[in-house]
Amino acid sequence: MALIETRGLRRVYNLDAGRVVALDHVDLDVENGDFLAVMGPSGSGKSTFMNLVGCLDRPTSGHYSLGGTTVERLDANGLAHLRNREIGFVFQQFNLLPRLDALANVELPMIYAGIDRKHRRERAIHALERVGLTDRARHRPMQLSGGQQQRVAIARALVNNPSLLLADEPTGALDSKTAEEILGLFQELNREGTTVVLVTHDADVGRHAGRLVRFKDGRVTEDSRQTPVLVPLAEAAE
Amino acid sequence: MRFIEAIRSALGAIMTNTLRSLLTMLGIVIGVAAVIAMVAIGAGARNLVDSQIRSLGANLAIVTPGNVTQGGARLGAGAASSLTDDDAQAMRREVDGVVAAAPFVQGLTQVVSGGSNWATRIYGIDLDWFDAREWDVASGRGFDAEEIRRGDIVVILGETVARNLFGEEDPIDRTVRVRNVPFRVIGVMAPKGQSAFGQDQDDVIFVPLDAGRRRVIGRNYARDGSVGSIFVKFANEEDIEPGIALMTDLLRQRHRITGDQENDFSIRNLTEIANTATASANTLSLLLAAVAAVSLLVGGIGIMNIMLVSVTERTREIGLRLAVGARPRDILSQFLIEATTLSTIGGMIGVGLGVGAAYFVASLAGWPSLVSMNAVLVAVGFSAMVGIFFGFYPAQRAARLDPIEALRRD
Ligand SMILES: Nc1ncnc2c1ncn2[C@@H]1O[C@H](COP(=O)(O)OP(=O)(O)OP(=O)(O)O)[C@@H](O)[C@H]1O
Ligand SMILES: [Mg+2]
Repeated sequence: MALIETRGLRRVYNLDAGRVVALDHVDLDVENGDFLAVMGPSGSGKSTFMNLVGCLDRPTSGHYSLGGTTVERLDANGLAHLRNREIGFVFQQFNLLPRLDALANVELPMIYAGIDRKHRRERAIHALERVGLTDRARHRPMQLSGGQQQRVAIARALVNNPSLLLADEPTGALDSKTAEEILGLFQELNREGTTVVLVTHDADVGRHAGRLVRFKDGRVTEDSRQTPVLVPLAEAAE
Repeated sequence: MRFIEAIRSALGAIMTNTLRSLLTMLGIVIGVAAVIAMVAIGAGARNLVDSQIRSLGANLAIVTPGNVTQGGARLGAGAASSLTDDDAQAMRREVDGVVAAAPFVQGLTQVVSGGSNWATRIYGIDLDWFDAREWDVASGRGFDAEEIRRGDIVVILGETVARNLFGEEDPIDRTVRVRNVPFRVIGVMAPKGQSAFGQDQDDVIFVPLDAGRRRVIGRNYARDGSVGSIFVKFANEEDIEPGIALMTDLLRQRHRITGDQENDFSIRNLTEIANTATASANTLSLLLAAVAAVSLLVGGIGIMNIMLVSVTERTREIGLRLAVGARPRDILSQFLIEATTLSTIGGMIGVGLGVGAAYFVASLAGWPSLVSMNAVLVAVGFSAMVGIFFGFYPAQRAARLDPIEALRRD
């Protein structure tokens, strides 16, 4: 059974200016362990798709199941639970809380998982280790570079051991060298078993994924397997 | 999220904007401080007035000659008094519940001892006086029955007079001259302090009733056996009202006042006067409670305002929290706890300031400061409730945010 299964997934915005069909009948399976790049022109529905897959939004119609759970049947608390346990988000703008240090930012998802302080601390330190930022644990976001901030965000995304990592333009605010490091990190996490879905405009970025899905006008127009460009391990670990 | 952690995180949020948080609390701080201080000061003042009025003695009524018209007493107007020793004895004998009826005369005089000279108030009293006033000698002794009967020229000094005439020396068995009559000092009263009206109650001397009448203040008591006033002490508070009615009848009969003729005396219930003072102090407390309610309301609106601003400013944070798994109710309680923490800290600062002010005023005025633990608890509890009440709407707004829109906001 696929980790993600969408059938006839549809998202329509009803605006005063008229109806916008942001997503139109998307049937897509994402297998456990996939590294999927979602590409397509601006306004093609990539972010809309990610929001639905990430349980932040509800489809207008159609079916979506994540790891066997039928998502459209869940209430707000059920969705929150799925986001907390099964999904890790990485955003273009990092979205770290400015008044908390790196460690506290990484701890945040575990607070809502009801994990006690001591274990939170331990696991957050471990997650920061995985992204190579132990020495910055006590720094606030303002005191970190963009690449470092994104690493903290990734640590936060994976700290609850989610089955799915969702990243919408995670390298959009970074220079190409830093972007490469972040992609290397995703590849490493993917090798360790985490399913990764990554939205990007950038073809270079898309080449790092093993599978490429292209959207146009809210529909899937291409779905292909490819040999990913691998980031050398040393570089990712740096 | 556990409660303690929620409070810790709320404190973090409050501290990131210390100045703003303090300004927000100000309404609550001032309201609570004012109430705590005023309640304590009011209680201190009431306690003082109360204890001073009651220091006359419990369950006491006073019979004065002449008629009290509309609150104005014609005391010591110079006319011959209509009250006599016999009236006092009749009341003691015939009215139920009376434990002491103390007739007395009073006046102002000079007391001379050697080179020292002191102007003071003089009372001519009988044996019942000290019982009625619940007041005792501190050194020496009181009058005995014979001294009273004969009207001996012996005197008991108030503490202030003793100090001013004799300093550190022992006045017992010394002689003081009052109107050139040599009185032998037999005792000194225990100190009683200031009266409700700021008079020094220890600036006084006591002589037997007849000695006072004949030798010192005789002019106003031309009629034999007449007295200035009579203190009447009852056994119980419940005895006072019926007792006063009986005394009125008795005195009208004795003074041959009939039909609708006016009384030539008046009787006042001193316990009742004390109760009235207490009651008006209670009214004042109620007024203070109203002021408190208004200031807490204003403080609450301030908190609501700043929480709404905070929710708007932190929309992205809320979106992020929702994305990493916060449920709407987690967001709700986060902001609710923040508002409540804010208002409770405000309340506690207010209590601190209020208690400080109360002690300051009390030390200036020289009365005991009565900060009641109840007032403190109620004030802090109320501030917390203000936080919950006025924080609810902003918190609910936060909890209802759509995660995607919240994340997109900047
Ligand atoms: N909240 C919304 N209300 C109304 N229309 C929306 C909303 N969000 C997205 N849309 C519309 O849905 C369509 C798809 O938007 P979406 O954000 O998914 O595009 P995208 O592929 O992520 O584009 P980009 O690459 O620019 O981020 C667009 O036409 C957009 O105008
Ligand atoms: Mg987008």
